[in-house]
Amino acid sequence: MPELRSVVCVKVVPKPEEVRVDPQTNLLDRLNARSEINPPDMNALEMALGLKDRYGGSIYLLSMGPVACEPYLRTGLAMGCEHIYLLSDRAFAGADTLATTYTLAQAIRKLGGADLVFCGEESSDGATGQVPSGLAEWLGIAQLTLLSQVEVDLERRRARGRREIKGGFEMLEVPLPCVVSVKTAANEPRFMDYRIKDWAFEARVEGKPGRVTVWNASDLQADPDCIGLNGSPTWVSGLGQAPSRLRKHIFLQGSQAEIASRLADLIQEDL
Amino acid sequence: MVASLYSPEQESPLLLVYLEQDQGQLEGVSLELLAKGRELVDDMNRHRGAGDWQLAGLLLGEGARSQAETAIAHGADRVYLAEHPLLGYFTIEAFCHVSYQVIMQARPGIFLLGATPNGRDMAGRLAVRLRTGLNADCTGLQVEQENGLLVSEVSGFGGGVLAMIQMRQHRPQMATVRPGVFAAHEPDSFRSGEIVTVEAALNPEMIHTHLVERVIGQGVDLRKVPVLVAGGRGMHGDFAVLHKLADLVGGDVGATRPPVDEGHIERERQIGQTGVVCSPKIAVCCGISGAFHFVVGIEKAGTVIAINSDPQATIFEAADYCIVGDAHQVIPALIEELEKRGRPASVRGSSSGNAVQEKAYA
Repeated sequence: MPELRSVVCVKVVPKPEEVRVDPQTNLLDRLNARSEINPPDMNALEMALGLKDRYGGSIYLLSMGPVACEPYLRTGLAMGCEHIYLLSDRAFAGADTLATTYTLAQAIRKLGGADLVFCGEESSDGATGQVPSGLAEWLGIAQLTLLSQVEVDLERRRARGRREIKGGFEMLEVPLPCVVSVKTAANEPRFMDYRIKDWAFEARVEGKPGRVTVWNASDLQADPDCIGLNGSPTWVSGLGQAPSRLRKHIFLQGSQAEIASRLADLIQEDL
Repeated sequence: MVASLYSPEQESPLLLVYLEQDQGQLEGVSLELLAKGRELVDDMNRHRGAGDWQLAGLLLGEGARSQAETAIAHGADRVYLAEHPLLGYFTIEAFCHVSYQVIMQARPGIFLLGATPNGRDMAGRLAVRLRTGLNADCTGLQVEQENGLLVSEVSGFGGGVLAMIQMRQHRPQMATVRPGVFAAHEPDSFRSGEIVTVEAALNPEMIHTHLVERVIGQGVDLRKVPVLVAGGRGMHGDFAVLHKLADLVGGDVGATRPPVDEGHIERERQIGQTGVVCSPKIAVCCGISGAFHFVVGIEKAGTVIAINSDPQATIFEAADYCIVGDAHQVIPALIEELEKRGRPASVRGSSSGNAVQEKAYA
């Protein structure tokens, strides 16, 4: 029986509630925010782990970002991934969707490809939701997006998934390999396995291979014209804090009947 | 930098809108994009003192000609219409193939799609195929007067941060736009436009996606309900009373994540960062503490009413009218009051509205 080979793409993001725009510089203040693996990506990881539980095989966790992301990725090891790869190079910085999907696709090729490439629905920081299908295009493979469930038939080399759409769902079948994006909150990501947690987070010993393999642009044999800021057609021409809506904060006082009457007025006025 | 397949010098003065349709109906966001596209094209022509920019639609399907006419009535100057048996239902391969074919022929300067599941999937693939940039899930669009470049507004971090994005050297300038941010025009059946028939070069071998089954039920769409009645952990699973209030005012019920996780209410009713972002006229928040992840889902509400027994609850910071009390008592009292008054005119005729109204006024 052939074994399933999965890649899960994840992004380490600042916790959204802690990110602010610096009013002086008009730049994102990410430094003072704590980070985490993008929560929707955890749903993708859980779906991949669930398939591994059923069909066996191995999982490669793949991320792009600064070396400081490394500790957050180790969570994946402690949850049951076999390998972690971090794509980290100054030349990757400033990548938009086009450059990001190119870079991830190069890494997946270098890993020797995969039966399934999992992504979260979108990232909490950029929320473009456009990486999965861009990645599928670079790799020239099929895609199943917004899945709440997936199963594979390794003999026939096909995947079947339930795609959540407005007011219902579709059951779709595609040949392997394929890219899968997972509907946010489709599952409950498992806890870390405490038997391997210490191993996963063990500090790196000089001269020994680390828990996380770091690849740079030349490791990927990436075309310098396709990566980072240089490979990104789009650029940010302005940035600002979204105007938070000013609310009135009026506390209604009185008897229950008076409050009910006031609320009924408010609702009927506005409709 | 890698060049797009055609350059700004090779573009046509054309703003192309992907017209998404489902079972003979154009999606709301496609009509919204036609309205916004019309405005942008008219702006550009006014500024340039010429009438050369045009608004076009791209419509793929089987037997979709009447929707092409609808698109013209909603502002399109031209519709590229491809009809083919393999376009009868959505597959990423067929729809991208024909869209790519039309784009390479027509060379639009701007190409807009709705940020729906299918629109996002197509945009992601097509941007890579065309080697161009993509601004995703935009909440605003404008054109820079001096150079005619598209500026897209996108929000990140759950809506807390806004960024303006543009591209200079790549065409088409692509963007997906969040449904509901622009208003559609009323159709004008006297408008005239051109329908350009496209020969779709498709064969079954190109298509890898096999649709096994499609089930569309009575969908809940909270994005545009006029009144949102939302419940949190403080409702202790009792959503029946919230449904009753919602029915009475022509609204619908939403929830925070805990009641959804606990199985008290369907996941499609979850409001907030990992759920639905809605823009009701009124949001009534019952027994909700007010976590950031929830509040981003009601930031666009006209008026926010919050009911919570804890005077320190953070939901009050996001509310216009605050009631310190138990929603289990406040809501039934409000229902009683509304029933006493009769239903507002705006929901007359829905369900048993007329009968109730007559009784109330008798």
